[in-house]
Amino acid sequence: MADSICRTLRDGALEGELAPTLTIKDSLASPFAFHVFSHILLQLSSHVMAQKSQSQGIVIVALSQSPSSYTALLKRNGVDVTSSSKWIHVLDCYTDPLGWKDKTRKPVNVVTNVTDPSHQISLATSSYKTVKDVDKLFSVITELGRGLVGENKSRICVAIDSLSELLRHASLQSVAGLLSNLRSHDQISSIFGLLHSDLHEERAVAVLEYMSSMVASVDPYHPSADVQKGCLENSLYEQNFTKGKFNVRSKRRNGRVRVTCEEFKVGPGGIIFTSGSSVDGTAIAAGLLPKVQFNLQLSEKERIDRSNVVLPFEHQGNGEPIQIYDGRRSLEENSSEANPTSSGKKEDSGMGEIIYFRDSDDEMPDSDEDPDDDLDI
Amino acid sequence: MMMMEQKNWNLLDEALGFHSNNANPWPLCGRFLLVEDCVDTSAAFVLHHILKRAFSSHPSSAVLFLAFSHPFSHYDRVLRKLGCNLAAQRDNGRFFFLDMLMLQCPDEGKSNHDGLASVFEQIERVITVLHQDKRPISIMVDDISFLEVAANGSSNDVLNLLHYCHTLTSDYGCAFIALDHKDIYLNGDRDAIILEMEYLADILVKAEPLATGLAKDVHGQLKVLDKETQHQYGISAIKTHNFHFKIKENGIECFYPGTKI
Repeated sequence: MADSICRTLRDGALEGELAPTLTIKDSLASPFAFHVFSHILLQLSSHVMAQKSQSQGIVIVALSQSPSSYTALLKRNGVDVTSSSKWIHVLDCYTDPLGWKDKTRKPVNVVTNVTDPSHQISLATSSYKTVKDVDKLFSVITELGRGLVGENKSRICVAIDSLSELLRHASLQSVAGLLSNLRSHDQISSIFGLLHSDLHEERAVAVLEYMSSMVASVDPYHPSADVQKGCLENSLYEQNFTKGKFNVRSKRRNGRVRVTCEEFKVGPGGIIFTSGSSVDGTAIAAGLLPKVQFNLQLSEKERIDRSNVVLPFEHQGNGEPIQIYDGRRSLEENSSEANPTSSGKKEDSGMGEIIYFRDSDDEMPDSDEDPDDDLDI
Repeated sequence: MMMMEQKNWNLLDEALGFHSNNANPWPLCGRFLLVEDCVDTSAAFVLHHILKRAFSSHPSSAVLFLAFSHPFSHYDRVLRKLGCNLAAQRDNGRFFFLDMLMLQCPDEGKSNHDGLASVFEQIERVITVLHQDKRPISIMVDDISFLEVAANGSSNDVLNLLHYCHTLTSDYGCAFIALDHKDIYLNGDRDAIILEMEYLADILVKAEPLATGLAKDVHGQLKVLDKETQHQYGISAIKTHNFHFKIKENGIECFYPGTKI
């Protein structure tokens, strides 16, 4: 499913349609939306570099991660960062979202940052210091996009690494307006953003989900496991930090909604999606079988033999009249059914009556006495 | 000396990675550690413990302490019991104590942001000076809830300050350690701040009373969740630790549930 999301984002927008938008949402019980976000970002980067995608550049709006962490992420996954400035640009809303550092920032700091060996080659970055001004953010994003791909018809992809952070700084209306403007901009091919759903009111989440053509929800593997409930649930709680469920709801243009579910595992290397809970399901079922001395499963030969056995009702029908015993009449009677006299008798006896003779007068009706108490054992 | 120290590692040290003897002298570098406690079980001892370890981790390591709940003399007394002289460290230029007990941001008529922005300015001024010597730096906040009081209850302003402190972890590789109380946010709609901090945290330490009730020999349990994060020194995998503790006069004793005789 993660692949199909990436394909949709890669294929981008049709002429005269809104750009496909993905919201990745998670909760504290399974806080892996950023893993999904980086996975999609890496997939898209490889598509953009291979020029297989509609978008020719990516603008990352970094609100919750530092630009250097994106450099590290790309480097770690073997993306060539030296030539990255042609197709990727980080809009740094993380380092100084409110302009507090402007007052104290001396030029010395900038120099130390540049000479720091670990950040020798980093992604092209521009900083943005008024996150509360969402309208300006929109124009900055589109400007950066034009800077990457030029004025022509080519498009860019926008990645917003925390819609939650944006919602904290600005009102829901303005964030929704930003998304809507981005979606309808003709130089934007796709948008994806990250949302921590439990930080916001339900209506905020719903608004953003309405504006997304795809919603990927990262859910805990064991939804009921909560560390508050004590030690018994602890192992389940720990499992929630290695794997989870990935539910995708995608809306087609005609309004059809498709919901798919898969599982993922999180390891030091990143996130790995495993499609099909069914595979896991049989494995679990096999594991649940008790270990017994005798064989509960059939071998292949036994299975074939079993399928060759002709069951009793299957004899019937090869040339002979079908006779199925219905449990009331004997087969002989059945065969002579045409005999009118016998059927007449049956009707007579069909009236039905119960004839009961009391054994003796001294027996009380429905007496409790033991009928066998005169037995001498 | 090394052997002696190794004997003293307890489960909390192991959970926070202090025991590993690798190239990184201060494993909290570039990470945000959030300590959560509740009324029944105070986790101030975790801060004391980390403070002590911070000084012993590296000969030039420095700590910037933002005190909202207790004055310097309190911490000086507590740490002295643990075998660490804060006054001496302060005089050596390794301990920077910012007394925020009387901090009160301007009222809502004016802008709240200026108040906390100036706090951050103070922090950053210290950090930039320390960073020039490439010293491992830890920033500690001893009570987020009092910070919220100082900010006139505006959780958004508090989160802004926390975000800025968080940027210091990536810009300068500082460790950021903060304590907050979980149970003051149980009231439904006001829980966004603690959730947001939990998202932000790289390491979460929760102190809780024993689930089974009070005990003489066990003062509570600690749950440490070390989230997988990418930092300067590579990626660390998600680890969870769960153990009981007993606070003694001159230190803490940590042990796995059921192993205390």
